[in-house]
Amino acid sequence: MAVSRTERLLNLVICLLAATRYVNKEQIRQAVPQYAGCASDEAFERMFERDKDDLREMGIPLETGSNEVFFDDEIGYRIPKDAYALPPVAFDSEELAVLGVAARMWQHATLAGATARAIRKLESVGVDVDPEALAVIEPRVDAAEPAFAALWDSVQQRHRVRFHYSRGGAAAAPRRLQPWGLVSWHGRWYVVGHDDDRGETRVFRLSRIQGDVTADGPAGSVVVPDNVDITASVRMLAQPAPARTARLQVQSGRAVPLRRQGTVVSEEPGASVLDVPFEDAEQMASIVCGFGSAVTVLTPADLKDAVVRRLRTTLESISAASAGGAA
Amino acid sequence: MTTGGAVGQLTRLLALIPWLLQRPGVSVADAASEFDISEQQLRADLGLAFFCGLPGHLPDDLIDVSLENDQIVVTNADTIARPLRLAPDEAVALLVGLRALADLPAPTGPDVIDRVIAKLERAAGDAADAHRNVKVSIEGAGEAQEAVGTALRTGRRLALEYYVPARDEVTIRQVDPLRLLLVDGQSYLEAWCLLAGDLRIFRLDRIQSAQVLDTPASPRPVPPVREGIFDSDTAAWRVRLALSHRAEWVRDAYPSTVIASEPELVVELSVADLGWAKQLVMRLGGTVRPLAPPELVDAVRTEAEDALAAYQSH
Repeated sequence: MAVSRTERLLNLVICLLAATRYVNKEQIRQAVPQYAGCASDEAFERMFERDKDDLREMGIPLETGSNEVFFDDEIGYRIPKDAYALPPVAFDSEELAVLGVAARMWQHATLAGATARAIRKLESVGVDVDPEALAVIEPRVDAAEPAFAALWDSVQQRHRVRFHYSRGGAAAAPRRLQPWGLVSWHGRWYVVGHDDDRGETRVFRLSRIQGDVTADGPAGSVVVPDNVDITASVRMLAQPAPARTARLQVQSGRAVPLRRQGTVVSEEPGASVLDVPFEDAEQMASIVCGFGSAVTVLTPADLKDAVVRRLRTTLESISAASAGGAA
Repeated sequence: MTTGGAVGQLTRLLALIPWLLQRPGVSVADAASEFDISEQQLRADLGLAFFCGLPGHLPDDLIDVSLENDQIVVTNADTIARPLRLAPDEAVALLVGLRALADLPAPTGPDVIDRVIAKLERAAGDAADAHRNVKVSIEGAGEAQEAVGTALRTGRRLALEYYVPARDEVTIRQVDPLRLLLVDGQSYLEAWCLLAGDLRIFRLDRIQSAQVLDTPASPRPVPPVREGIFDSDTAAWRVRLALSHRAEWVRDAYPSTVIASEPELVVELSVADLGWAKQLVMRLGGTVRPLAPPELVDAVRTEAEDALAAYQSH
């Protein structure tokens, strides 16, 4: 059954690709041998309608039109060669090497499969991709989150999705989203889009999506706003801009990560004074304490207090243990 | 997608025939492996194509497939000699991958990746529409990006200022670059470190500065990429920590062994650098108590006392 369907579809594709003019239904019925077995006109019509849908689903550009503009000629079909076929494309040796690297970077089966199909098509128009090229790059990009495959489809087909989402150990709650894009940031995948329940742009971490992601609504119904920068949205929403600033004295050559985040206020012999943005005083105190005596808080007072308290607690816990003879 | 139903089989055939036309005489085994299908499936696909062709379906109209000595030769398939355009998922997967590479130091000439992207966008047309909506964001080497790329491209030695977080210090060393690694969204330079006399892996965003030297890098074999490349195989210290309730996550966050769970949770961690353990204890401010080795307990005490002294003198 499937075999004769495939044959029928292949013959239909060849027939419509070879045609230089629109071919009407009756001509198609004559030209494709597998339609000959249709018992009735209705059976043929049904079969042909389904076959057209299949070709379009495959991405084959099936055109409808008529050869005679001035007469009410019967509607015909054709597949324009230029719209159907991958156009010729050529790459120089450096470009081929880069393609070779891209060909081997995805670890995720869905993406690796799609990339392999793309590469085979390029090879079929004479592009000679060497997957072992440029061994000085060993890229591995994965998408281990179970929700990835469904969201990857939804972003391409632009349909809404529904899923259950859980934050910070809370019970999973249902969400409805118009997905705009997917971003892998620090090795984690996020989906950004318009949250239909909350009426605003939201970012969701894929690893926190529980269970299946289901398609909701027709393909093409999600419109990605022109001015949206997907990557910037994820950075901003996944990690809100810190509201406060700490003034820190940092010994030279130490606490480099803090230097990266902050701006230099002044340089002194052996130390710099930095302004570093932060959000939560306890969290910042923890970071500052990690750098030990290399970093001293100048302001604000609550941060300074938190650091001093933590340092004292650390010392007390050690002394208590020694005094009690534990360990 | 690979074998499912008539649509799946036709999709594959329309890719298979052009691919075979480019490679007259390719073996059944090679073609099946390239398309990730069984040889039996490949023969079934070809047998089917054999009966298809142009309207009229006279022998001259039909696709001809010869399978002599297990070598495939396809002829008379001009109508479908070119592959179908890239499907959206194909175009997007390839383009997103290329854009990710553009965040790494370029071991090719400048603009090569941009040129490839532009050509593919043109060839893919509408199918490429969604690719800007998927992004793999990678931390590169910042200001050192160009030097690292140049050293890899030209095979020269690099002088690095490299930040070692475990010791909270910037080290100066010379390295012979081998390759770039991209793992879990982080990018690394694998290089022969002349200071250590061994292979080392440097996280690109911790490279403070890089300078390309005139000295050529000594040629060295590129080792196979190991699984778990970042597992420390030089764990010199066994560190014992008592964890309060609030710090129980430490047990799960790092490879550790539970030594006792009563009256308090005690775990043992293997660490390469005691400095790292000291930082962990300091960050957790009293919710983690260092038990052993004594060097760690002393280091934490001294560090905390020194840090506190700065506040008392103010």
